[in-house]
Amino acid sequence: MNPIDFVTDLFNPDLAFLPKALAVAVMSSLVCGVVGCYVVLRGMAFIGDAVAHAVFPGLAVAFVVSGNLVLGGTVAGVLTAILVALFSQNRRLKEDSVIGVFFAASFALGIVVISQAPGYAGSLQQFLFGSIAGIPTSDLYVVGITGLVVLAVMFALHKEFVTISLDRESARALGVPVFWLDLVLYVLITLAVVISVQTIGNILVLALLITPAATARLLTDRLGVMMALAPVIGGLSALVGVYVSWSWDLPTGGTIVLTLTAVFLAAWFGSPHQGLLGRALERRRRVSPGIVEVSA
Amino acid sequence: MSAAETELVDDRRSSVARRTPALRVEGVHVDLGGRPVLTGASLSVESGELVGLIGPNGAGKTTLLRTALGLLRPASGRVEVEGRPARPGRVPVGYVPQRHEFAWDFPTSVAGTVMTGLTGRLGLFRRARVADWEAVADALERVRMSELAERPVGQLSGGQRQRVLVARALALRPTVLLLDEPFTGLDMPTQELLSGLFADLAHEGRAVLMTTHDILAALDGCDRIALLNRTVVAAGTPLQLADDLDVWMDAFGVGPDSALLRILKAA
Repeated sequence: MNPIDFVTDLFNPDLAFLPKALAVAVMSSLVCGVVGCYVVLRGMAFIGDAVAHAVFPGLAVAFVVSGNLVLGGTVAGVLTAILVALFSQNRRLKEDSVIGVFFAASFALGIVVISQAPGYAGSLQQFLFGSIAGIPTSDLYVVGITGLVVLAVMFALHKEFVTISLDRESARALGVPVFWLDLVLYVLITLAVVISVQTIGNILVLALLITPAATARLLTDRLGVMMALAPVIGGLSALVGVYVSWSWDLPTGGTIVLTLTAVFLAAWFGSPHQGLLGRALERRRRVSPGIVEVSA
Repeated sequence: MSAAETELVDDRRSSVARRTPALRVEGVHVDLGGRPVLTGASLSVESGELVGLIGPNGAGKTTLLRTALGLLRPASGRVEVEGRPARPGRVPVGYVPQRHEFAWDFPTSVAGTVMTGLTGRLGLFRRARVADWEAVADALERVRMSELAERPVGQLSGGQRQRVLVARALALRPTVLLLDEPFTGLDMPTQELLSGLFADLAHEGRAVLMTTHDILAALDGCDRIALLNRTVVAAGTPLQLADDLDVWMDAFGVGPDSALLRILKAA
């Protein structure tokens, strides 16, 4: 299918779910791209994965009682984040073990809860792998407003987040409330995950957090540039992913993630300084004057 | 130096600085995880002097610094900065952590890093103003890093990294500066340059306390030295302490045939 047909489909009233899915996918990718910068820079990929899983029981409960999915997911994710933050204060256990305990537990709880709903296999699959069908119009607003709130908080607390990411002990000595800022960051990650889960699915949402930010990190040494580049990469990949998945009838979440991965690999090989290609070119530039001298 | 001379030096020092010391640690007990780490440690640092804090691993050097920052609350005893109880963010104490505590792979510039030293003072939701960038520029100038202000921190050498951390602490214009093992992993010329910088920072009127394992550098560069092993075993000028081998054996728990003592005799 060529892109013009895709645009035509977007405006086809019989296919009203398609523009909604596209909008949600792009908006959540933008938000995940920005939030993901901290997930990547602070080595919190495992925490991101945990939060993604922790959201599940909330979605399940909301689904069973026909409540709001975004609200349910947020409550469950934030609760788990608080539990992890509290239990991590115990120095005998490292944070990753605490996270391991709680994210598996909450995912297990989600499975038990959703098994109580009739026809749960189908809805389980939808949660795990995402779907572009069945996004209510109200969710457009919920996702949009939530995304704006997340970005606004990220912007407002930018210097605090940078300070605690560089060196926690000095941040504490400066009187910066490290524990509370960590908690806020967990909540922001949770919100970014929750608004993304419906289109991309619970399992693959991690890619939306990590891959655009990791790709941007390959291309720049400036945090500001990175935080601008990551959402652009995420948003464009979501657009291309939805288009490809619609054209060839492929699963949306999987297609978006594979698109992101392709961009990541391109950056890995092609980035001007860190990439394989860039380094090879630099080496040649450095070596070539010597070669000229020898041949002369 | 005879005992009488030692007393004389002590008298002169105390008569010069009768006012409140910039940093005063008095009879401090600190327990970590139920284990006593500091037992009645007392130490004061005057404005204008560089004091080296020396002791074996696990002696409580970092714990003493963290207590002085107000990050740890002592079970008993007092910590005062400029006569006021130490509390994070309240009193102008500059802290320079060990280099490995810092995320050097974070995509930020030298100037950006130094600016984070002002985060606590600026407060939530406030952006840096011209005066703050001036403080950053001054701090970088002071450690001779102005040229590299825009360089990503990941590209700096060990000595440059140490300077950036010092500049970040200086951005607050602190009257007390605490340095945790600034020499570890640096070569001799770099150590000498830094040592000179720390002495200058002190003699400009700051109270500087520095932990180190480099005994020679401490003897050479510090105005006073404190030997720590759970408590301050001895404190005095390098000349006073270098002669008193007993306190070194006591602080480090070594016998009279230790290489440490041969080095001290040679120094």
